Amino acid sequence: MSNIPSELKYAPSHEWVRNDGNGTYTVGISEHAQELLGDMVFVELPEVGDVVDAGEDCAVAESVKAASDIYAPISGEIVAINEELEDSPETVNNDAYGDGWLFRIKASDESEVDNLLDAEGYAHTIDEE
Amino acid sequence: MTSKTVLHAKHLEAGAKMVDFHGWEMPINYGSQIEEHNAVRNDAGMFDVSHMTIVDIQGEQAQAFLRKLVANDVAKLTVPGKALYTGMLNEQGGVIDDLIIYYFSETFYRLVVNSATREKDLAHLAKVSSDFAVTVTERPEYAMIAVQGPNARAKTAKVLNADQQAAVEGMKPFFGVQAGDLFIATTGYTGEDGYEIVVPNEQAADLWQQLLDAGVAPAGLGARDTLRLEAGMNLYGLDMDESVSPLAANMAWTIAWEPEDRDFIGRDVLVKQRAEKSTHKQVGLILEEKGVLRSGSKVIVDGGEGVITSGTFSPTLGYSVALARVPRSTGDTAQVEMRKKLVNVKVVKSGFVRNGKSII
Repeated sequence: MSNIPSELKYAPSHEWVRNDGNGTYTVGISEHAQELLGDMVFVELPEVGDVVDAGEDCAVAESVKAASDIYAPISGEIVAINEELEDSPETVNNDAYGDGWLFRIKASDESEVDNLLDAEGYAHTIDEE
Repeated sequence: MTSKTVLHAKHLEAGAKMVDFHGWEMPINYGSQIEEHNAVRNDAGMFDVSHMTIVDIQGEQAQAFLRKLVANDVAKLTVPGKALYTGMLNEQGGVIDDLIIYYFSETFYRLVVNSATREKDLAHLAKVSSDFAVTVTERPEYAMIAVQGPNARAKTAKVLNADQQAAVEGMKPFFGVQAGDLFIATTGYTGEDGYEIVVPNEQAADLWQQLLDAGVAPAGLGARDTLRLEAGMNLYGLDMDESVSPLAANMAWTIAWEPEDRDFIGRDVLVKQRAEKSTHKQVGLILEEKGVLRSGSKVIVDGGEGVITSGTFSPTLGYSVALARVPRSTGDTAQVEMRKKLVNVKVVKSGFVRNGKSII
């Protein structure tokens, strides 16, 4: 069973969301997702300033195994991206919930966060796979 | 119902992620495929290849049988232990399987064929051999461990006894020798130096552990695939199959055209294809920008199109490479359909890395 921190929220498509305060949220992919994908070789991120809708594909995680779309868990504006991943995509594998974060969103409607799963709910979706 | 090799417990002990590989539960990686890949390129890694099928051919007509069965000519083998890579073809010139043949004597050869094709291979061997005075014996009592990398020989030497060390001392590439209980061959599927070791099932786990203790890193099927692709080696089922001519799969070098009166299965079709240049050819592709070439993608070239038969990210080169089957007119560049857009790729010979170095 992979690690699913209880302080985060999750999308069924395996992204995690961390509340940074001030309406800003950090997004990454779960430990389970990186395990499924295997060693990451490229990560394509959105651009700072992009406006995304919840559920919109806005990044690509390409691993030795497959290219996988990453969806914005909530709507808003991209305010930061993890540029370190350009040279070290393996950070997503090594530290999925920490240094392997992908981008930060300034939420346009914070109530959307309530639609996401908590750790227990996400654990259930994985079990059912 | 999946089969397990005798090393199954050792894989779990090493933290392997297991997957179903054509009916065998095999390690895909032990954590990081790329680290395992690099261990083989820079040091020494080992693969459990016990799922592969070993078949011994013995009898008065063993040589005559194999001269009929495969496209290469086993009559070229005259030094005991020498190995030969080739394909066994159907009457239409398609590849039933690729295999390695070891020569012991004109009445005794050892074949190593793929696991995914085991049943049809055995059926084909049984059918063709029925006209010859030979016995065909599968050897499931053996496991097989491939130790590969620049330090593979030195690290393996630590686990061999003095007689075995003497037996493999200075052995040239593509040879095999029975040394005590082990059959040790200088073959492999990575483009590196090293051994493939056939070991009795009951000794396999001990040998694995000794190699581990000697500093050989376990490597899974994931790394095996990126290593063989970098080396430009075909994978049966992707780069060729029963519908593909060896001439379209960079296997022309595994066909012995002389002597002309050797009537191997598929010969007539190949002779015609060769004269008419009617098949596609295999090339290597390089993508220098971001992204990974994947098997099945369409390749667009001047005056036609082809297909990527296998593609991957090359950990050694830092970008993506692929093998593709394309029209003979293909020049130095092509375009590949990737995630709904066209990207430019360079066309090179099959084979990208040898002995740890780029050969592009």
